[in-house]
Amino acid sequence: MSIEHRDDTGARFGMWLFLYTEVILFSGLFILYAVSLARHPHEFAEASHKLNIYFGTVNTLVLLTSSLTIALAITAIQRNKIRQTIILSVITIVLAIVFLINKYFEWSAEIGHGIYPGSEHLAEMGPGITVFFNLYYFTAGLHGLHVLIGSSLIGVVAILVAKGKVTSDRYTLLENSALYWHLVDLVWIFLFPLYYLIL
Amino acid sequence: MTETTLTNKGFYTDSPRSGILGWLLSTDHKRIGIMYLCCILAMFIVAACLGLLIRLELIAPGVTIMKAQTYNATFTVHGIIMIFLFIIPSVPAAFGNLVLPIQLGARDVSFPKVNLLSWYCYVIGAILAVVAIFSGDGAPDTGWTFYVPFSTQTHTNVSLAALAAFMLGMSSILTGINFVTTIHRLRAKGMTWGRLPMFVWSLYATAWIQVLATPMLGITLVLVILERTFGAGLFDAARGGDPVMFQHLFWIYSHPAVYIMILPGMGVISEIIPTFARKPLFGYWAVAVSSLTIAFAGSLVWAHHMYTSGMSDFAILVFSFLTFIVAIPSAIKVFNWITTLYKGSIQLAPPMLFALGFIFNFSIGGLGGLALGAAAADIHLHDTYFVVGHFHYTMFGGLGFAFFAALHYWLPKYTGRMYNHRIAVIAFALLFVGFNVTYMAMQAVGIQGMPRRYYDYLPEFTTLNVVATLGSWVMAIGLIMMFYNLWRGVRKGAVVGNNPWGAATLEWQIPSPPPMDNFGPEDPVVTKGPYDFKGVVADEY
Repeated sequence: MSIEHRDDTGARFGMWLFLYTEVILFSGLFILYAVSLARHPHEFAEASHKLNIYFGTVNTLVLLTSSLTIALAITAIQRNKIRQTIILSVITIVLAIVFLINKYFEWSAEIGHGIYPGSEHLAEMGPGITVFFNLYYFTAGLHGLHVLIGSSLIGVVAILVAKGKVTSDRYTLLENSALYWHLVDLVWIFLFPLYYLIL
Repeated sequence: MTETTLTNKGFYTDSPRSGILGWLLSTDHKRIGIMYLCCILAMFIVAACLGLLIRLELIAPGVTIMKAQTYNATFTVHGIIMIFLFIIPSVPAAFGNLVLPIQLGARDVSFPKVNLLSWYCYVIGAILAVVAIFSGDGAPDTGWTFYVPFSTQTHTNVSLAALAAFMLGMSSILTGINFVTTIHRLRAKGMTWGRLPMFVWSLYATAWIQVLATPMLGITLVLVILERTFGAGLFDAARGGDPVMFQHLFWIYSHPAVYIMILPGMGVISEIIPTFARKPLFGYWAVAVSSLTIAFAGSLVWAHHMYTSGMSDFAILVFSFLTFIVAIPSAIKVFNWITTLYKGSIQLAPPMLFALGFIFNFSIGGLGGLALGAAAADIHLHDTYFVVGHFHYTMFGGLGFAFFAALHYWLPKYTGRMYNHRIAVIAFALLFVGFNVTYMAMQAVGIQGMPRRYYDYLPEFTTLNVVATLGSWVMAIGLIMMFYNLWRGVRKGAVVGNNPWGAATLEWQIPSPPPMDNFGPEDPVVTKGPYDFKGVVADEY
């Protein structure tokens, strides 16, 4: 063991710990959702129907596909196909951007209808609907921020792959970024039904 | 030995970069530990001065030295700095970094760069906290708990202070991830789980709480900031929100956080007691497992802060019961320390005195905690000075004394020089007496019914408040003396050998101060337990 030692298992272990912290970060919002839903079940259902399910569905498909492409990127680098790895990473980033653009249109439409945290229009609709939309904006906003961070991370790693710093026998960084991306995906897999589908 | 010049300067000189950048960009755990230690001590001194000002203000009813709004800001800033910038990082980030890798037989932590990043998060948090005090519409005045609805309505600089606490939480999480991974992955050959020093065990339990609980604080503070920015009403009952939910989210982190604060201190004590009793720690596994039990059980008791906030009687019963459960592993530790002392060859060196002071103070604080955990008593004691007294008994009398014990125990190792023992003992005596006078008076005045955080009080509470303030001055003298003595020791003290105390853990087998790579060319191989004193001889100094 020297100071410049390398421990891939340790690096993955650390990443999993970090992912736990992310899960708990979001769990605070899920707790608030659960408590508010128990208090205002009818208002939540009413508010949920105001959301545009097409935006949500498209974004779910986009994120699931991006998880596939980043997983393929790992297989590619394991087989030492550097060009393919970079292409797949870039596709992942493009899908992330598509997700964010889609989100932008969805939110602009809603904000255009006067539905945003702290708006007068929302206050007129009553407490249950207000709290639904507050949580909707804060949770999806935090998730959107994670999409931004995750795709930037993948961008940085793609550059490192191009420079030959991340290689077929040293790809933990890519693997960890992919783990992070899967977490971003996973959070959405819970957000989508909770806000768009089940109510 | 009377030599006055250090021949070996260890990690202070052999660095790949020289000068200030050699520190600011260093990923060496010892250098990061020293940088943490300096920042933490600076923050402690600032917050201690604020604490003294609070006590001075309370020496008499009415206006004494400051106005009500200044008073609110002072106790808020005292709390924020002490909690987030001193207590939480004190032992884990400073001494954890200095000691943990060496005790494991490793050359650094698992993620040295992340370690440096966590220090920068700490510094950014500290800067934001200071900016929050001096900018905007005045220093935050919510108390360190940021309770809504006040924190979402006040015009003072709460958002920035919350952001500062968020950054400090990040720093704490990164340290936690690093330590858990390091303990799992970087133990030297022969360093089995049954041979881990107790300090490592306690940091292991602490690091798990840091990883699992701190994000909850993060999201809570983010929500406060969002509330203040958008005025959404997430914690406003009129708009479908719930202020009590804030308290739940806040305490889901902040109660486990008090175990982030106290567990490392318990680890320090578990190192010092066997060394100065020259006996193996009694009940190794009981003490090790009790750390994990405290971490686990401590995560399930948060709502005992909220008995008066509006909860069902059944919930109060459950949380009260769970709170009492935490007392069991804590008591196991105390009894095991005492049993370790039994028939030991006790040497009352300064670290040992602080450790014994810890046991005394912590026992009082812990038992006071039971009075608060019992639902019936809590209704009477809630939000009185008894809570303040209890909290300081566990945090200052507990962790604070453990931190001072760690300073006296490990500074000779990491500076290669010894402080003056006589002055250290006098400083300890002043601190111990001053501490108990101050906070015992607070507990007493709390039982009489003086509410906490109030700027003014009824005349019948004057006597005990004067006593508490006098005690705080004795403590201040003790602190000045202690820091002066340590500073002089670091600069000009007698040079010490590898093992001035005759301790058996790995860090005492390498030079003082340790070299950059900790162990020389050969990786260490561990063949005996951490408290096996057979053949271990203390170096004279």
